[in-house]
Amino acid sequence: MKKSLFSTKTIVATGLGAALFMVLFMFVKVPSPVPETNIQLAYGVSAFLGCVFGPIAGGLIAFIGHALNDFIAYGSPWWSWIIASGVAGAIGGLAFFKTDVESGEFSTKDMVVFNVMQIIANLVAWVVVAPVLDIVIYSEPVNLVFTQGAVAFVSNSICACVVGTLLLVVYAKTRTKKGSLTKN
Amino acid sequence: MRKPIIEFNDFSFQYYSQQEPTLHHINVTLYEGEKVLIVGPSGSGKSTLANCLNGLIPFAYKGEITGSLKIHGKETKDQDIFTLSKMVGTVLQDSDGQFVGLSVGEDIAFSLENDNVPVDQMKQRVKKISQMVDMDNHLMNSPFELSGGQKQRVSLAGVMVDDVGILLFDEPLANLDPATGKTAIELIDEIQKQSNKTIVIIEHRLEDVLHRHVDRILVVNDGRIIMDGTPNEVLASNILVEQGIREPLYVTALKYAQVPIEEKMHPEHIDTIDISGYEPKVQNWFHSVEKPVKQQDEKVILDIQNLSFSYDGVRPILKDVSFQVHEGEMLSIVGRNGAGKSTLSKILVGFEKEDSGHILVDGVDIANKTIKERAEIIGIVMQNPNQMISKTMIYDEIALGLVIRGVEKDEIERRVDHIMKICGLAPFKNWPISALSYGQKKRVTIAAILVLNPKILILDEPTAGQDYHHYSEIMEFLRSLNEQGQTIIMITHDMHLMLEYTPRTVVISDGEKIANDSSAKILTNHEVIEKANLKETSLYHLAHLANIDEADEFVQRFIDYEKEVKAHEN
Amino acid sequence: MKIKLFSYNQLDTFVHHLSGLTKLVCFLLLTTTVMLTYDVRIIIGVMVISFVLFKVSKITFKQVKMMMIYVFIFLITNFILTYIFSPQEGVKIYGTYHEVFTIAGPYVVTQEQMLYQFTKFMKYFSVIPLGIIFILTTNPSEFASSLNHIKVNYKACTAISLTLRYFPDVQRDYHTISLAQQARGLDLSKKEKLMTRLKNILMILVPLIFSTLDRIEMISNAMDLRGFGKHKTRTWYSYRKLGRNDYLAMAFCLAVFIGSLLVAVYINHSKFWNPFI
Repeated sequence: MKKSLFSTKTIVATGLGAALFMVLFMFVKVPSPVPETNIQLAYGVSAFLGCVFGPIAGGLIAFIGHALNDFIAYGSPWWSWIIASGVAGAIGGLAFFKTDVESGEFSTKDMVVFNVMQIIANLVAWVVVAPVLDIVIYSEPVNLVFTQGAVAFVSNSICACVVGTLLLVVYAKTRTKKGSLTKN
Repeated sequence: MRKPIIEFNDFSFQYYSQQEPTLHHINVTLYEGEKVLIVGPSGSGKSTLANCLNGLIPFAYKGEITGSLKIHGKETKDQDIFTLSKMVGTVLQDSDGQFVGLSVGEDIAFSLENDNVPVDQMKQRVKKISQMVDMDNHLMNSPFELSGGQKQRVSLAGVMVDDVGILLFDEPLANLDPATGKTAIELIDEIQKQSNKTIVIIEHRLEDVLHRHVDRILVVNDGRIIMDGTPNEVLASNILVEQGIREPLYVTALKYAQVPIEEKMHPEHIDTIDISGYEPKVQNWFHSVEKPVKQQDEKVILDIQNLSFSYDGVRPILKDVSFQVHEGEMLSIVGRNGAGKSTLSKILVGFEKEDSGHILVDGVDIANKTIKERAEIIGIVMQNPNQMISKTMIYDEIALGLVIRGVEKDEIERRVDHIMKICGLAPFKNWPISALSYGQKKRVTIAAILVLNPKILILDEPTAGQDYHHYSEIMEFLRSLNEQGQTIIMITHDMHLMLEYTPRTVVISDGEKIANDSSAKILTNHEVIEKANLKETSLYHLAHLANIDEADEFVQRFIDYEKEVKAHEN
Repeated sequence: MKIKLFSYNQLDTFVHHLSGLTKLVCFLLLTTTVMLTYDVRIIIGVMVISFVLFKVSKITFKQVKMMMIYVFIFLITNFILTYIFSPQEGVKIYGTYHEVFTIAGPYVVTQEQMLYQFTKFMKYFSVIPLGIIFILTTNPSEFASSLNHIKVNYKACTAISLTLRYFPDVQRDYHTISLAQQARGLDLSKKEKLMTRLKNILMILVPLIFSTLDRIEMISNAMDLRGFGKHKTRTWYSYRKLGRNDYLAMAFCLAVFIGSLLVAVYINHSKFWNPFI
C-alpha cells in the first residue's frame, strides 16, 4: 500500500499521539542522576509512532506534546527544548520509509535501521539543536548546555531505542495474519 | 410510485486482506422515506454492507467490488467519500469516537467547517439543527459534561447538518442504557416522520429497535441477505432463531407456550400483538413450569456495611450502602450512569478508599489491604479487554499476576494450565493473543484474574456491544464458572443479562441502594425501573395480555424455563 | 488525580473578551521580544505589562501556585548550575571585570556575572505570567482556529484540536489501565530497580498504546465520513471576529516588539545592554 504522510489517519494519530505523549510526560517519569533532566518514556512512544505513521506525525507528536506540557506545567513553553523534541521525533520518524511494520514485518534489519535512526535523531536534537538554541536565545553557558544536552541525548536515545523497539516488536506481532496457527 | 434510493445489483465485495468475499451477490432496493433494519450476527457482513453505503469501502478499507451499488441513481464506485457523505450520514456506534469537537456546537459544525462554510451561516445552521435533537441549550458544553444519549444526539445532528437524504445508524443502542435507548429510537422515528429521510439501522437488539415501527427488516448472514420482509413476516418465520439473533422476549415466551406466531397477529410490537384465543395456552404453560428447588441459604462471603464515599468531600457518590453477597452467588449491580455503581466496584478492589463503612470478606475486614493484596480476594475484570492485555502470548498474559508475585515456575505452569482448562483456553496455549476473537480475549482477561484465586470476581459490563452469540458465549462461560462455585458480581445495564443470569439484583440510584431483590421483581417494579433508567420487560405486558396477575412470577418462570432449555442445548 | 487541561473560565474582563487570535499574536510578540533581547530594562518593562494583565484578567495566585513552585525550582537550579559551570560568563559577555567578593578559587562574584544571571533569571521569569494568562483566558476551542489564522497548516491545527479533545480520555485510560495492572500485582513505586521499573511501566504502556491505536482508527473513519481534508482550507466554528480592542492590543504589542528591536540596533548595538562600558 502507498504510504501517505498527510492522510486523515496520520492527523488523528498525531493528535492522539501528542495526547499520549503528554500523559506519559506528566505521569511517567524516572528522575535521572543529572538535575533538570528526566528519563522520559514519552520519547519511546514518539519514536514508535513516528516509525508507524511517518516523520511529520513523529515530529508533531513530540513538538505539540512537549509544548502543551510546558504550558500546563510551567505556564510558558521552553522553545529551545520543544523544538529539539520535534526535531528528534521528525528525524526518528524517517525510519517510516525504510520499514513496514504495518504489514506485520519487523526484521533484524528493520530493527537496526530504526535504532540507528533514533540515535542520529537524538544526537542532532540534543547535542546540536537544543544547546545551540539555548546559547542563541538564552545565552546560556556553553559547557552547561552541552553537558545537559549530552545527558538528554543518552537518556532519550535509550528510551527511544529500548521502548520504541519493544513496542514495534509487539505491534508487528499484532499485525500478523491468522492462518498459520494450529490448536495444541 | 416509490422512488428507489439505494440499489444493490448483484453486488459483491472482497477485502484485499481476505481470501473469501465478505458480501455475495447482494440484490436489494431501498426506497425513499423507508425505514429499514438490518440484523445479523457479528461477522455476517452487515457492517461491511454499511461501510459500502457510506463510502468507507473502498476509501478506507480496500477491496474488490463487483456488481453495482447506486445511491440516488449514481454508481458509488465512481464517487469519492466526500460526495457520498453528502448523501449518506452515518452515526457511528462509538459516540466518543465520533465526537471530535471540543464543544457541542463545534462538533455539529465539523462537516460545515470542512466545507469552508462561513462562520455566520454555520452558527445559524447549527442552531437550527441542534433544536431538532433538543441540544440547543448545550452548544457550549464539552463532551465530558454530556451523557451517552446526549453525545449520540450530537452525532446525529453532526450528520444531519449536511441535509443528507439517508441516515445510517451503526448499532445505535450498543452503548446506551435501556431507557436512553428507548428515547433514541423514538427520536429517530420522529426525525424520519418530520423529514421523510430514508433510515437504515444496523442493530442486533431487535426488540429495542422495534419499539417504533420499522418498514422492513433485512436479515443478513454469511454475506448474503437471507430474508427481506416486514417485521411481522420476519417474526412469524423461524429465521431469527436459525441465524442466532435474539427474538423479542414475548415472542420467545409465546413459542415456549406453543403459541404459533403468525403474521396476522401483528407480532412486531407487544402493543400490537393479538394473542386472543391463546390466553389459556399461555396460562397453562405458566402453571406447568416447575419451580426450581430453592437453594439453601449459603454463607455470606461479602458483607458491605454502611459504605459512604465522596471524591471531593462535598458531593456524595455513595451514601450508606449496605448489602450482602452469598458464597457461590451470581449478582447484578445496576443503576444509571453516574449512579455510583462503578465507584462501588472501585472501592471494593481498593482503587478508591471509602470515607466510612466496612467491607468484610468471610467476616474479615479488608480495610487495610493494598490493591495488590485485595486482588487475591476480589478480582476485577475491566470492560474493554484491550485495556488489560499487555503481553503478546496467551500463556504469558495469564501467568503475569503470578510471575510478578514471584511464584515458582512449576507452580505457575500448574496453575495457569488449570485455569486455561477451566476457561476453555487449553487448546490455545501457545497462541498469540492477536489471533483471538473479542470473546476469547475477554476470556483471557478473566483467566488472568482468576489465576490469582479471588473469592469474588467483579465484571464491569462483561457483554457491552456484543451480539447475541458472543453474549451467550461469554455469559454461559461465566455461568459455568459460577456453577463451579465462583462468586460473581456484574456491573451492568443489560436487562437480559440481569434476567437470565443473575437471580438477584442490587439497584443503586444517586449513590443509594434503592432495591435488592430478585431480578424478575426488579424488572416489573415501575418505580425502580424509572430511577435506574431501565425498561419494563415485555414479558410483564405479555403476562397482562394473557390475564396473568402475578407478572413477576411469570417473568421468573420464563427465566427458569429458559435456563432449562439452554441447559439441554449444551 | 485529574489534571484539567486549560482550566479556562469565562470571566468578564478585558483580556477574556479579546479574541483567541489576538491573545496568541500578543503572546508570541511579547515572548519573542523577551527571547531576542538581553536588556534587563526591556525585560522588566514586559514583566510589568504582564503583571498588569495578570491583575486585569482576575487570575488568582491559588490557581497558579503549583506552576509557580515548579518554575521557581527550575529557575533556582538553573541559577546555581550556571554559576557552577561558568562563574565568569558575565565577564566574557560584557568584557569588563568588577570584582565584588571571592568565594573560593575561580568562584569570584563579579558585577558582570550578577547582571548576567539576574537578566537571565528575569528573562525566563517575565514570560511565565504571559503564558499563564494565555492558557487561563483562552477558550481551548479558539486555540486551534487562532493558529490556523496565523497560517499554521490547518491539518496540524486540527491535530492540536484533537490533542486537546482527547487528552482527558487518554488520561482516564492511563489511570484505569494503571489501576488494573496494579491489581494484578504491578509495583510502580520507586523501590524497584530501574530496569524492573521500565519493564513494569511497559505493562501499562502496551495496553494504553494499543487501545489508543484502536481509537485512532475509529476517529479517522468518523472524520473521513464528515468530509475532513476535502479542501485545501477549512473554516472554524469557534473563530471570533476581531474588534477594535483586538487591533489595539496587537498594535501595542507590535510596538513593544519593534521598539525593543530598535533599542538593540540603535542604542545597545547588540542584544546585550552593557552598563559597564
